[in-house]
Amino acid sequence: MSDVLAGGLITPDAGETPLLSLSSLSILKAAPLARLSFRAREASLGAAGTAFGLDLPVAPLSSNSAEKRAALWMGPDEWTLLAPEDELQAVFDAIESALSGHPHALVDVSDRSETVIVSGEQAVWLLNTGIFIDFSLEEFPVGTVTRTVFHKAPVMVWRLAEETFAVEAWATFMDYVSGLLVQSAKELEAA
Amino acid sequence: MLLIYCPYCQVKRAETEFHCGGEAHIARPSDPSKTTDEDWVDFLYTRSNIKGVYAERWRHIHGCGRFFNAVRDTVSDDFLKFYKAGEPMPDLNALAAEAGK
Repeated sequence: MSDVLAGGLITPDAGETPLLSLSSLSILKAAPLARLSFRAREASLGAAGTAFGLDLPVAPLSSNSAEKRAALWMGPDEWTLLAPEDELQAVFDAIESALSGHPHALVDVSDRSETVIVSGEQAVWLLNTGIFIDFSLEEFPVGTVTRTVFHKAPVMVWRLAEETFAVEAWATFMDYVSGLLVQSAKELEAA
Repeated sequence: MLLIYCPYCQVKRAETEFHCGGEAHIARPSDPSKTTDEDWVDFLYTRSNIKGVYAERWRHIHGCGRFFNAVRDTVSDDFLKFYKAGEPMPDLNALAAEAGK
Protein backbone atom coordinates (compact mmCIF):
# COMPACT_ATOMS: atom_id res chain seq x y z
CA MET A 1 0.00 0.00 0.00
CA SER A 2 2.61 2.48 1.04
CA ASP A 3 4.82 1.89 -2.01
CA VAL A 4 2.58 3.97 -4.29
CA LEU A 5 2.46 6.89 -1.86
CA ALA A 6 4.89 9.73 -1.35
CA GLY A 7 6.09 9.60 -4.95
CA GLY A 8 7.09 5.97 -4.44
CA LEU A 9 9.95 7.14 -2.22
CA ILE A 10 8.94 5.66 1.12
CA THR A 11 9.10 1.94 0.53
CA PRO A 12 9.75 -0.94 2.94
CA ASP A 13 13.36 -2.06 2.97
CA ALA A 14 13.23 -5.53 1.40
CA GLY A 15 16.40 -6.60 3.21
CA GLU A 16 15.00 -5.93 6.67
CA THR A 17 12.67 -8.15 8.67
CA PRO A 18 9.51 -6.36 9.82
CA LEU A 19 9.86 -4.84 13.28
CA LEU A 20 6.25 -5.76 13.92
CA SER A 21 3.64 -7.55 11.87
CA LEU A 22 0.13 -7.84 13.26
CA SER A 23 -3.18 -7.92 11.44
CA SER A 24 -4.04 -4.44 12.70
CA LEU A 25 -0.57 -2.91 12.69
CA SER A 26 2.81 -3.21 11.04
CA ILE A 27 6.10 -1.42 11.60
CA LEU A 28 8.58 -1.68 8.73
CA LYS A 29 11.99 -0.12 8.21
CA ALA A 30 11.99 2.06 5.10
CA ALA A 31 14.59 1.79 2.37
CA PRO A 32 17.31 4.48 2.30
CA LEU A 33 16.65 7.61 0.25
CA ALA A 34 18.25 10.96 -0.51
CA ARG A 35 17.26 13.69 1.93
CA LEU A 36 18.19 17.32 1.38
CA SER A 37 17.68 20.11 3.85
CA PHE A 38 16.87 23.28 1.92
CA ARG A 39 16.61 26.75 3.41
CA ALA A 40 15.90 29.86 1.38
CA ARG A 41 13.73 32.95 1.16
CA GLU A 42 10.61 33.29 -0.92
CA ALA A 43 12.39 34.79 -3.93
CA SER A 44 14.34 31.56 -4.53
CA LEU A 45 11.43 29.12 -4.25
CA GLY A 46 10.30 29.24 -7.86
CA ALA A 47 13.76 28.48 -9.27
CA ALA A 48 14.33 25.78 -6.67
CA GLY A 49 11.02 24.11 -7.47
CA THR A 50 11.73 24.13 -11.20
CA ALA A 51 15.18 22.62 -10.67
CA PHE A 52 13.86 20.00 -8.27
CA GLY A 53 10.95 19.14 -10.55
CA LEU A 54 8.31 19.81 -7.94
CA ASP A 55 6.90 23.00 -6.42
CA LEU A 56 7.84 23.57 -2.79
CA PRO A 57 4.78 23.77 -0.54
CA VAL A 58 4.24 27.09 1.24
CA ALA A 59 1.25 26.15 3.41
CA PRO A 60 2.29 25.21 6.96
CA LEU A 61 2.71 21.47 7.65
CA SER A 62 1.97 20.50 4.04
CA SER A 63 3.83 18.38 1.50
CA ASN A 64 3.94 17.97 -2.27
CA SER A 65 4.86 14.75 -3.96
CA ALA A 66 5.24 13.57 -7.53
CA GLU A 67 6.93 10.63 -9.22
CA LYS A 68 10.21 10.03 -7.30
CA ARG A 69 10.11 13.47 -5.65
CA ALA A 70 8.69 14.85 -2.43
CA ALA A 71 9.01 18.27 -0.81
CA LEU A 72 8.05 18.65 2.85
CA TRP A 73 7.36 21.97 4.62
CA MET A 74 9.44 22.08 7.80
CA GLY A 75 9.29 25.78 8.61
CA PRO A 76 8.54 29.11 6.89
CA ASP A 77 11.97 29.06 5.25
CA GLU A 78 12.89 25.40 5.51
CA TRP A 79 12.05 22.32 3.44
CA THR A 80 13.09 18.69 3.31
CA LEU A 81 13.48 17.42 -0.24
CA LEU A 82 13.32 13.68 -0.90
CA ALA A 83 14.55 11.81 -3.96
CA PRO A 84 15.79 8.29 -4.77
CA GLU A 85 19.19 7.50 -3.29
CA ASP A 86 20.95 7.23 -6.66
CA GLU A 87 19.71 10.65 -7.82
CA LEU A 88 21.21 12.58 -4.91
CA GLN A 89 24.09 14.14 -6.82
CA ALA A 90 21.97 15.04 -9.85
CA VAL A 91 19.27 16.71 -7.74
CA PHE A 92 21.85 18.51 -5.61
CA ASP A 93 23.72 19.87 -8.65
CA ALA A 94 20.52 20.92 -10.41
CA ILE A 95 19.32 23.01 -7.49
CA GLU A 96 22.75 24.46 -6.80
CA SER A 97 23.22 25.61 -10.38
CA ALA A 98 19.69 27.03 -10.59
CA LEU A 99 20.24 29.05 -7.41
CA SER A 100 23.71 30.44 -8.00
CA GLY A 101 23.39 34.08 -7.01
CA HIS A 102 20.46 33.47 -4.65
CA PRO A 103 21.28 33.16 -0.94
CA HIS A 104 20.27 29.69 0.19
CA ALA A 105 21.49 26.60 2.05
CA LEU A 106 21.30 23.12 0.59
CA VAL A 107 22.69 20.30 2.72
CA ASP A 108 22.75 16.55 2.15
CA VAL A 109 21.29 14.99 5.31
CA SER A 110 20.50 11.58 3.80
CA ASP A 111 22.33 9.59 6.45
CA ARG A 112 21.23 11.70 9.40
CA SER A 113 17.91 9.98 9.88
CA GLU A 114 16.07 6.72 9.34
CA THR A 115 12.42 6.11 8.62
CA VAL A 116 9.96 3.48 9.76
CA ILE A 117 6.56 2.97 8.17
CA VAL A 118 3.77 2.57 10.72
CA SER A 119 0.70 1.20 9.03
CA GLY A 120 -2.64 -0.29 10.00
CA GLU A 121 -5.90 0.53 11.71
CA GLN A 122 -4.09 0.89 15.06
CA ALA A 123 -1.40 3.23 13.66
CA VAL A 124 -2.93 6.40 15.12
CA TRP A 125 -3.42 4.73 18.48
CA LEU A 126 0.21 3.59 18.47
CA LEU A 127 1.63 7.03 17.60
CA ASN A 128 -0.50 8.60 20.31
CA THR A 129 1.26 6.46 22.91
CA GLY A 130 4.16 8.91 22.59
CA ILE A 131 2.94 11.96 20.66
CA PHE A 132 0.48 14.60 21.90
CA ILE A 133 -1.10 15.42 18.53
CA ASP A 134 -4.66 14.96 17.33
CA PHE A 135 -4.24 12.59 14.36
CA SER A 136 -7.90 12.72 13.31
CA LEU A 137 -8.27 13.23 9.55
CA GLU A 138 -9.84 16.67 10.09
CA GLU A 139 -6.88 17.95 12.08
CA PHE A 140 -4.12 15.96 10.39
CA PRO A 141 -5.18 15.12 6.80
CA VAL A 142 -3.22 12.87 4.44
CA GLY A 143 -0.06 14.65 3.32
CA THR A 144 0.43 16.56 6.57
CA VAL A 145 3.99 16.53 7.82
CA THR A 146 5.36 17.87 11.07
CA ARG A 147 8.27 17.63 13.41
CA THR A 148 7.35 16.80 16.96
CA VAL A 149 8.50 14.82 19.99
CA PHE A 150 7.96 11.07 20.46
CA HIS A 151 8.40 10.40 24.17
CA LYS A 152 11.78 12.16 24.51
CA ALA A 153 13.09 11.92 20.94
CA PRO A 154 12.51 14.50 18.19
CA VAL A 155 10.79 12.86 15.22
CA MET A 156 9.17 13.82 11.95
CA VAL A 157 5.71 12.39 11.25
CA TRP A 158 4.33 12.36 7.72
CA ARG A 159 0.87 10.99 6.98
CA LEU A 160 1.15 9.00 3.74
CA ALA A 161 -2.38 7.60 3.80
CA GLU A 162 -5.30 7.39 6.16
CA GLU A 163 -3.68 4.59 8.13
CA THR A 164 -0.05 4.87 7.05
CA PHE A 165 2.57 7.14 8.57
CA ALA A 166 6.27 7.65 7.94
CA VAL A 167 8.09 8.27 11.21
CA GLU A 168 11.58 9.64 10.80
CA ALA A 169 14.10 9.99 13.59
CA TRP A 170 17.81 10.66 13.75
CA ALA A 171 19.69 7.41 13.21
CA THR A 172 21.01 7.28 16.76
CA PHE A 173 17.49 7.78 18.16
CA MET A 174 15.86 5.18 15.93
CA ASP A 175 16.46 2.22 18.27
CA TYR A 176 14.73 4.21 21.00
CA VAL A 177 11.80 5.24 18.78
CA SER A 178 11.21 1.92 17.05
CA GLY A 179 11.85 0.04 20.29
CA LEU A 180 9.18 2.00 22.13
CA LEU A 181 6.76 1.65 19.21
CA VAL A 182 7.18 -2.14 19.19
CA GLN A 183 6.97 -2.32 22.97
CA SER A 184 3.76 -0.26 23.08
CA ALA A 185 2.24 -2.45 20.37
CA LYS A 186 2.68 -5.53 22.58
CA GLU A 187 -0.54 -4.47 24.24
CA LEU A 188 -2.40 -5.30 21.04
CA GLU A 189 -1.01 -8.83 21.00
CA ALA A 190 -2.16 -9.34 24.57
CA ALA A 191 -5.69 -8.18 23.83
CA MET B 1 0.71 21.15 30.52
CA LEU B 2 0.40 24.35 28.49
CA LEU B 3 -1.05 24.33 25.00
CA ILE B 4 0.82 26.81 22.84
CA TYR B 5 -0.15 28.16 19.42
CA CYS B 6 2.66 28.50 16.91
CA PRO B 7 1.88 31.42 14.55
CA TYR B 8 4.14 29.89 11.86
CA CYS B 9 2.78 26.33 11.93
CA GLN B 10 -0.69 27.71 12.78
CA VAL B 11 -1.46 24.86 15.17
CA LYS B 12 -1.73 24.42 18.91
CA ARG B 13 0.84 22.03 20.29
CA ALA B 14 1.91 20.73 23.68
CA GLU B 15 4.41 22.66 25.74
CA THR B 16 7.02 19.87 25.28
CA GLU B 17 7.58 21.01 21.68
CA PHE B 18 8.55 24.52 22.82
CA HIS B 19 11.27 26.34 24.69
CA CYS B 20 10.63 29.56 26.59
CA GLY B 21 13.11 32.33 25.79
CA GLY B 22 12.32 34.85 28.53
CA GLU B 23 10.98 38.37 28.26
CA ALA B 24 10.33 39.72 24.76
CA HIS B 25 11.08 43.09 23.16
CA ILE B 26 14.41 43.71 24.87
CA ALA B 27 16.37 45.73 22.34
CA ARG B 28 20.11 45.22 22.13
CA PRO B 29 21.92 48.56 22.46
CA SER B 30 22.64 49.81 18.95
CA ASP B 31 26.17 50.90 19.82
CA PRO B 32 27.55 48.57 22.51
CA SER B 33 30.93 50.34 22.74
CA LYS B 34 29.20 53.59 23.78
CA THR B 35 26.91 51.91 26.31
CA THR B 36 27.76 52.41 29.97
CA ASP B 37 28.39 49.40 32.17
CA GLU B 38 25.20 50.09 34.11
CA ASP B 39 23.09 50.14 30.95
CA TRP B 40 24.80 46.99 29.73
CA VAL B 41 24.00 45.21 32.99
CA ASP B 42 20.38 46.32 32.59
CA PHE B 43 20.26 44.97 29.06
CA LEU B 44 21.80 41.64 30.06
CA TYR B 45 20.20 40.90 33.40
CA THR B 46 17.39 43.21 34.47
CA ARG B 47 13.96 41.84 33.64
CA SER B 48 10.58 43.17 34.66
CA ASN B 49 9.57 39.86 36.34
CA ILE B 50 6.05 41.13 36.77
CA LYS B 51 3.06 39.47 38.32
CA GLY B 52 0.40 39.73 35.65
CA VAL B 53 0.29 40.08 31.88
CA TYR B 54 3.56 40.30 29.98
CA ALA B 55 5.14 39.44 26.63
CA GLU B 56 7.69 36.66 26.35
CA ARG B 57 9.62 34.87 23.65
CA TRP B 58 8.98 31.24 22.76
CA ARG B 59 10.70 28.96 20.29
CA HIS B 60 8.97 26.07 18.51
CA ILE B 61 12.17 24.09 18.84
CA HIS B 62 10.69 20.66 18.08
CA GLY B 63 8.58 21.98 15.20
CA CYS B 64 9.37 24.71 12.72
CA GLY B 65 12.27 25.97 14.86
CA ARG B 66 11.07 29.58 14.76
CA PHE B 67 11.03 32.14 17.55
CA PHE B 68 7.76 33.96 18.17
CA ASN B 69 6.22 36.02 20.97
CA ALA B 70 3.35 35.34 23.31
CA VAL B 71 1.45 37.40 25.87
CA ARG B 72 0.94 35.38 29.03
CA ASP B 73 -0.63 36.07 32.40
CA THR B 74 2.01 34.91 34.88
CA VAL B 75 -0.61 34.39 37.59
CA SER B 76 -2.98 32.06 35.74
CA ASP B 77 -0.62 30.93 32.91
CA ASP B 78 -3.34 31.91 30.43
CA PHE B 79 -2.02 32.91 27.02
CA LEU B 80 -3.77 36.02 25.71
CA LYS B 81 -2.06 36.42 22.32
CA PHE B 82 0.53 34.82 20.03
CA TYR B 83 2.30 36.82 17.34
CA LYS B 84 5.26 36.45 15.00
CA ALA B 85 8.72 37.71 15.82
CA GLY B 86 9.26 41.22 14.50
CA GLU B 87 5.67 42.31 15.02
CA PRO B 88 5.20 45.17 17.50
CA MET B 89 4.28 44.48 21.10
CA PRO B 90 0.48 44.55 21.49
CA ASP B 91 -1.15 46.82 24.06
CA LEU B 92 -0.80 44.67 27.18
CA ASN B 93 -3.22 46.73 29.25
CA ALA B 94 -5.93 46.42 26.60
CA LEU B 95 -5.36 42.68 26.34
CA ALA B 96 -5.49 42.31 30.09
CA ALA B 97 -8.70 44.35 30.32
CA GLU B 98 -10.27 42.34 27.52
CA ALA B 99 -9.46 39.10 29.32
CA GLY B 100 -10.76 40.53 32.58
CA LYS B 101 -7.41 40.33 34.38
